[in-house]
Amino acid sequence: MTTSDIHRMTLSQLKRNLEAKNLSSREITESFLKRISETNKSLNAFITITEEQAVSESVEADEIIAKGKAKSLTGLPFAHKDLFCTDGILTTCASKMLSNFVPPYDATVVKRLKDAGTIMIGKTNMDEFAMGSSNETSYYGNVSNPWNLDLSPGGSSGGSAAAVAAGLAPAATGTDTGGSIRQPAALTGVTGIKPTYGRVSRYGMIAFASSLDQGGFFTKSSEDAALLLTEVAGLDEFDSTSSAEPVPDYTASINNSIKGIKIGLIKQHFEEGLDETNKKVLEEALKALESQGAEIIEIDMPNIGLSVPTYYVVASAECSSNLSRYDGIRFGHRAENFNDLTDFYSKTRGEGFGSEVKRRIMTGTYVLSAGYYDAYYLKAQKVRQLISEDFKNAFEKVNVIAGPTTPSPAFPLGAKMDDPIEMYLNDIFTIGANLAGLPAMSIPCGFVNNLPIGLQLIGKHFGEESILQCGHQYQQITGWHKQVPEDFK
Amino acid sequence: MSINKDQIKYLSLLSRMDIQESEINDVEEKLTKIIDFVDQLQSIDTDEIEPMAHPLNQSQRLRADKVIEENNRDKIQKNTESTERGMYIVPKVIE
Repeated sequence: MTTSDIHRMTLSQLKRNLEAKNLSSREITESFLKRISETNKSLNAFITITEEQAVSESVEADEIIAKGKAKSLTGLPFAHKDLFCTDGILTTCASKMLSNFVPPYDATVVKRLKDAGTIMIGKTNMDEFAMGSSNETSYYGNVSNPWNLDLSPGGSSGGSAAAVAAGLAPAATGTDTGGSIRQPAALTGVTGIKPTYGRVSRYGMIAFASSLDQGGFFTKSSEDAALLLTEVAGLDEFDSTSSAEPVPDYTASINNSIKGIKIGLIKQHFEEGLDETNKKVLEEALKALESQGAEIIEIDMPNIGLSVPTYYVVASAECSSNLSRYDGIRFGHRAENFNDLTDFYSKTRGEGFGSEVKRRIMTGTYVLSAGYYDAYYLKAQKVRQLISEDFKNAFEKVNVIAGPTTPSPAFPLGAKMDDPIEMYLNDIFTIGANLAGLPAMSIPCGFVNNLPIGLQLIGKHFGEESILQCGHQYQQITGWHKQVPEDFK
Repeated sequence: MSINKDQIKYLSLLSRMDIQESEINDVEEKLTKIIDFVDQLQSIDTDEIEPMAHPLNQSQRLRADKVIEENNRDKIQKNTESTERGMYIVPKVIE
């Protein structure tokens, strides 16, 4: 590989090249910044580009490397979803409400990646407050899919997905409340991991639905995902829901064979909602895992079909509560002309939020309001328990659950904006893992109509090692994760 | 179950969030669709099922009540122009 291949290298390859002094951090960083300046206009993947700071940090990184004091990720460029607070750098959550917000601190994920030596090159576009599955609800306009600019990259972390797929960043953070890492990863042909609830700190991640939100990564390989998770996972005193479970070295166990590993297929996920062509591609992917010695077992999850309605009650309720903090007083958008305090709040929030966010706040307010709480919110929490028990029973028989990430490949921009239910159903296969708090990832597994689709791997609680291992072993014998969109070669 | 315009106005008040007259038909149509969709949960038998409030069914971890953050009020208050001597200026609430 030569310097012209920098944007195609995985994080691990760039790391090896830095260590061998084949490449400098400045060369790598400037190469990605150049690609951003050439192509961000067509993709709209970034909201903020931190060019000056990145170049100066890359010079410092090269000095650190020269002194032999490099840490595990020193000198590697990185993009952050614009939902992670970054000290002194605009953090908008793709909303008018936060279009002027400059956080006074770093999110723990950002801090840990910074401490490990990464260089932030920018903040990526997303659906407003992470509410959307197509990246069309952003106040800063939609992101385009690098495989076809007329198509959606998925959402809500569409900017991060498109940036990694198009080689504008070697890796990026994302957040996943109902599929917001895995769905865009599948639709843009990259690897995306959502860890177990509590595995990665949520401190400094702007909250959407606190019992479902989890931060994770977009990468070019499972190996890179393992590398990043090893750095970032673990207890954080600033997040009382972060887990004290010990963090293994995920990069070690990925090399183990998957011979004898039991992989479950959710019967219901292959019966309805899945395109026939997607199904064929997935069956090929499963054969590849079988050829490596994995045993495929069909599993029955009678309640999994209730995931989407359950999610839209729970997530909307939590969002209506979380977003009540946007009052225009201490930060964010502030209405100018008003009569009294109630009018001030109502105007501030009416002007600051986009239509999808408003819809979810109103849905949440409805399901929590007097007379409806038991019928909707409490009911959904009970059904959530049933879905979670389905997973628990399944994991008594298997180590990993595999299946589709999305029902179909990327869809045209605008195609689903008029029908919220059709949009919500795009997350039909991903939401279950959020409701049950399980780790899950999507890896590229083939193409339908020249568009990438994803294989989803779901693990037991804190079972990241086994899904990363399956992903890495699969990527040893297949080349789908190495495919690059024609216009971004 | 359909959501009518009066309910939308009430939800708009409860959530302190203006909905413009021009938005109200769209909100009515889409909110009705969403509530109809989630209504399928009503037919599920959940007697004797404990509601799930935490995805790992865990309780909150507690920590010692010690100050662990430094005071960075000035930095925080850079996010609004409406402060005076370290305090926030808010609309008049008492006549």
